[in-house]
Amino acid sequence: MSQEKRIPFVRLAKRAEMDRKKVWLIRISSIFVAFILGSIPMMLTGSNPIEAYSVIISGSLSRPVYIRQTVKIAIPLLGCALAIAPCFKMRFWNIGAEGQITMGAMVSTYFALFFVKKVPNLPFLPDGSPNVTLLLIMLVSGAVAGGIWGLIPAFFKAKWNTNETLFTLMMNYIAIGIVAWLQGGPWEGRKGSQLIPMFDKSARLPDVFGVNCGWIIVLVLVVLMYIYMSRTKQGYEIAVIGDSVNTARYAGMNVGYIIMRTMFISGAISGLVGFLIVSGSNYTLYSGVANNVGFTAITVAWLSQLNSFAMIIISMILAVLDKGANTLQTRMGVPASIADIITGILLFAMLSSEFFINYKLVFRRSDKKEVSA
Amino acid sequence: MTTLVALIVAAVTFGTVLMYGTLGEILTEKSGNLNLGVEGIMYMGGAFGLAGAFYYEKTAGAMASGPFAITIAILTAFLAGAAASLIYSFLTITLRTNQNVTGLALSIFGTGVGQFVGEFMRVSEGGYVALGNNLKNAFSATIFPDFLVSIPVVGSILFSHTVFFYLAIVVAILMYIFLTKTKKGLYLTAVGESQSTADAAGINITKYKYLATVIGGGISAIGGMVYIMTTAGCVWNHEGLSGVGWLAVALVIFCMWRPLNAIWGSVLFGAMMIMYLRVSLPFVPTEIYKILPYVVTVIVLILTSMRNSRDKQPPASLGINYFREER
Repeated sequence: MSQEKRIPFVRLAKRAEMDRKKVWLIRISSIFVAFILGSIPMMLTGSNPIEAYSVIISGSLSRPVYIRQTVKIAIPLLGCALAIAPCFKMRFWNIGAEGQITMGAMVSTYFALFFVKKVPNLPFLPDGSPNVTLLLIMLVSGAVAGGIWGLIPAFFKAKWNTNETLFTLMMNYIAIGIVAWLQGGPWEGRKGSQLIPMFDKSARLPDVFGVNCGWIIVLVLVVLMYIYMSRTKQGYEIAVIGDSVNTARYAGMNVGYIIMRTMFISGAISGLVGFLIVSGSNYTLYSGVANNVGFTAITVAWLSQLNSFAMIIISMILAVLDKGANTLQTRMGVPASIADIITGILLFAMLSSEFFINYKLVFRRSDKKEVSA
Repeated sequence: MTTLVALIVAAVTFGTVLMYGTLGEILTEKSGNLNLGVEGIMYMGGAFGLAGAFYYEKTAGAMASGPFAITIAILTAFLAGAAASLIYSFLTITLRTNQNVTGLALSIFGTGVGQFVGEFMRVSEGGYVALGNNLKNAFSATIFPDFLVSIPVVGSILFSHTVFFYLAIVVAILMYIFLTKTKKGLYLTAVGESQSTADAAGINITKYKYLATVIGGGISAIGGMVYIMTTAGCVWNHEGLSGVGWLAVALVIFCMWRPLNAIWGSVLFGAMMIMYLRVSLPFVPTEIYKILPYVVTVIVLILTSMRNSRDKQPPASLGINYFREER
């Protein structure tokens, strides 16, 4: 056997730093590839993918009403993606945002239902305007509740290295179960209705430009989270733990404490999102209040490479998909779950694109011509 | 007594679903791959298994035979799960993507595909997809003769289950023999424990990881099919299936990565899942009762992490990708 034959036909080599333009070019083209792959199930059901995609876009963006509905879907997605980002940066796999949202929503609802008459509004506001004091109480209590719900698995992770993926996930089902019980039991409105009464007008978030003011809150959070992750000591600690727990320990960081602190913050933001959902769009609480936002937000966070500003765009794209898929189902009979399929493919494509950013393929006998697909 | 027997029978029915999910994931994790996509895989298995049996019945008409339909359902479910796991394997093994996120992506993708297929069949068949009574009975019938089943107590507990339960036990035993008594099984364990050592010993770790993950995914997918064809009554029902895959992942930890433990572990969890229907407790509302398996899972997770003994650990390289050139 000749020497040459023993060199494999293609091998991998780690790439040195790639320039940023090229990196984003690869990422954006991977998104295109994902949309092309996403058209396969559409074709299998006998619809024209170009037509289907245009229905998705016109169904979510062609009229101001649609745009408002799409933004309404994007708000919790964006908020929750911001919550997940620090955990994922720390390589703490928090898939319990769903439960943290539900807990936040639950405690906010508690105040909305039982304290609506007891909390005085700010004195200078006219009658019939939203009760700002009450809304603030709901916001803070929702955030604290979500934070505590997130702190529980973090505590056990820090103390005994308990598997956080499954722990946070199980906490989802527990939170949802508790709300299901409240819904059919203690908080039930009309007996037998299985529904919690609608919030009083004063416990609802006011609209700004036709959408509840939650969008302002999450946009502020985007900036805050960006600063927190890139400009503060705590953000730096999170990044170090994400890269190497041992390095963090060696540098004298209290890893357990940082894990708990980060998870509390993460859970608190999710809880705040829960408050936004009940007070801003549903005006009531039910067990499916989180509506898979906690899971889709993972996609948003990862597709944006944990970059806060990219999350705005990605959450809008996924909201367009979600809203548009419903239109697609009614107009063309393509099941709305196509949105999940495309989301999954998007994630696959984005994950694979990292490979082409980090590695290069080196073909035999042409060492100088490096081909990167 | 009859309540207890009924509870055990129902627990086995639901436990069978979990057992496939768990066994498949045990095989996968033994190779060092943590596939969190079991939820999606089981959805796909359920939808494609139903589709396989349904379209077989449609083409065969009155000639459709039960055992043949069961075989087709198992095969289609297995292939769907294997295909899904192949995506996961290609991404994590060849492209070295993060295993956690890839698994989550597979969960989202798989539940989407499962729903899509289920919905599509419903729409294209005009509203209702269900098997004829003949086949439906075949899926939930026992394989033992009547005189064994009719033995009081013992008959119901041992002989009244579907073919899937006995098949799952066979799979568990085969997997146990494979992992502990054969050379290939020990190689696989070696890959899961230390990929670089296995690589240095000349084991083709890429092949082992691919095969274990793909076959494991196929086995997990059968669980989804079993749920749809037995518990759900041969109708697409995504609500009942949601969360089952995740419980299976948790059960792998509970079973300490041992296939034989999966048999009783699954039945135990199956019992917890359906207990609220069979045994009512005073002062405990149904909705709170329903979260019992999740609370127990949390407690199990905590206890296993606290105990931390040496022989009850996950495969040492679980969740870590291997790149030979990287040291």
